[in-house]
Amino acid sequence: MASTKVEQRCSQMARSIRVHSLRMIHAAGSGHPGGSFSAADILAALYSDCLKFRPDEPDWLDRDRLVYSKGHGCPALYAAMAVAGYFPVDELIGLRKLDCRFQGHPDRRKIPALEASTGSLGQGLSIALGMALARRLSGQDYHVYCVIGDGETDEGQIWEAALYAGAHGVDHLIGITDYNKIQNDDYSENILPKRDLPEKWAAFGWHPIEIDGHDISAIRGALEEARGVSGKPVMIVAHTVKGKGVSFMEDEPGWHGKAPNDEEFVRAMAELGEEVSV
Amino acid sequence: MTAATVRSFEMGKSTRVAYGETLRELGRERSDIVVLDADLSKSTQTVLFGKEFPERWFNIGIQEANLVSMASGFASCGYVPFISSFAVFLVCKGFDQLRMGVAYPGINVKVVTSHGGISIGQDGPSQMGIEDLGLACSLPGFVVCCPADEVSARELVRETAKHDSAVYLRTGRPAVPIIYGADHPPETFRLGKSVQITDGGDVTLIACGLMVSEALIAHDILAAEGIRARVIDMHTLKPLDGEAVERAARETGAIVTAEEHLLHGGLGSIVAQFAAKHHPVPVESVGVEDTYAESGSPDELLDRYGLRAVNIAEAARRSLARKSS
Ligand SMILES: Cc1ncc(C[n+]2csc(CCOP(=O)(O)OP(=O)(O)O)c2C)c(N)n1
Repeated sequence: MASTKVEQRCSQMARSIRVHSLRMIHAAGSGHPGGSFSAADILAALYSDCLKFRPDEPDWLDRDRLVYSKGHGCPALYAAMAVAGYFPVDELIGLRKLDCRFQGHPDRRKIPALEASTGSLGQGLSIALGMALARRLSGQDYHVYCVIGDGETDEGQIWEAALYAGAHGVDHLIGITDYNKIQNDDYSENILPKRDLPEKWAAFGWHPIEIDGHDISAIRGALEEARGVSGKPVMIVAHTVKGKGVSFMEDEPGWHGKAPNDEEFVRAMAELGEEVSV
Repeated sequence: MTAATVRSFEMGKSTRVAYGETLRELGRERSDIVVLDADLSKSTQTVLFGKEFPERWFNIGIQEANLVSMASGFASCGYVPFISSFAVFLVCKGFDQLRMGVAYPGINVKVVTSHGGISIGQDGPSQMGIEDLGLACSLPGFVVCCPADEVSARELVRETAKHDSAVYLRTGRPAVPIIYGADHPPETFRLGKSVQITDGGDVTLIACGLMVSEALIAHDILAAEGIRARVIDMHTLKPLDGEAVERAARETGAIVTAEEHLLHGGLGSIVAQFAAKHHPVPVESVGVEDTYAESGSPDELLDRYGLRAVNIAEAARRSLARKSS
């Protein structure tokens, strides 16, 4: 299937997100590559032609809100926002270092353009729910998006938000589960298996959409469908591969929260199409 | 003023590794111990227990509230549960569960957390436990402990297992200096009984956790100025070793506390409250001011947030000035 111009732009952006994320994490000597890479295509689709935003006016009232609840995967978010025009990409390399605004987990005190400070899992969807209710009350025209991890759905608070939003038909609220089937210690199957996620969200009154989270056209299609849903919140369950884009990191629990050494960095960058030496 | 010659320490393991290794030993000695973790077992080090005793180890997922209440159930059925996650997640997310399922009914659960303080470094404030000690102290009946090095941590984890009611014990992420050489008699470490490491009559430095080594360096800095500081490792915040505090107040007339924790609710608050009641003297406190830290290396953060020997020494000079005025 021939891909459209927009899709090519998305794929380009996804590649940039991975490249910048890897550079940042390597330079920091710590961070979370696996969950940054699994979310890269989703973030690319969001920032390249879905979200309404103005980088030079981060407090624009009618902007779409994106709550990035899986805060540990922030290198991908910072990279996406940089490519989208929020920050100079050169600054990203200071990730996790003293006096750099790119903190180890998203910190609104340092970057007001972030919609929420995250890092304690399980809370972002409730924050997004509050934003969606505020939108309903004010009658403003925006959508609230929230990216959560599948491991994160272990948290009971996710299901509190799910229950409320479903029962009250809160629309303009679009969740995206980065369903990469790995959490911190191991495969989710060995910690707490999720299973039937779309059915679960449906049972809570949400409109579920199940897609391949690395297929740009599927992601764009799902986001478009989601924006058209009224009277219900939407959960896009995006099947992803943790570490996607670097063969030796793919589907490997060990790459959840570890920086590559120099040799691994060079190899990984080569796979992403960048020749580097260290 | 000439530069002081300060002591150097041999580096030991982190207190979290000491916990993991001791827990595994306890698993070999006792069959009633069960361990619960919330998907952070490689950080908390309970994975060491899990590998050897998979049937008594429950890595339940990222569910801190559920974890605490489950442990309450285990304990009611006669097991001794050790539950672990990062300090901030277990105490902040599980707080009402700690209250309703452990403290209020008086259930014997051992809450041992890792990543206490700002010395976790690069991950930043959302992962830093700086309010855990104060919150744990606010739970009636809880013993609250924060060991300084691997040697004392091992013994205090054993004491925790022996203790017949709830204990909160905080461990840290980085490797820390060894304060107590291997020849140190282990019976020195008893919950609720502080350890006086140096004697001195001018001022008392009372510290817990990794601030104990900083207090010892502060002792050396002060010694070069002719100030004799008593250093006390107050590894147990609750019950406080009031006798040691009262003696320090009486014999040295000035106290400085040092902790890797918010100034509100931690060691400083507790010691000041005790001293005010029993033997009022100037008390100065070193800790995290009313703020959250940021990302950076552990050393950079300890410098920036004023958790260093120089800060303790400065606080000691302030307390001495107040004493003589
Ligand atoms: C409340 C809380 N508990 C524990 C952690 C530590 N932690 C960081 S990432 C992670 C695993 C997350 O898994 P998932 O949501 O699937 O994210 P992804 O695989 O996309 O990285 C854990 C347990 C945390 N950040 N917050």
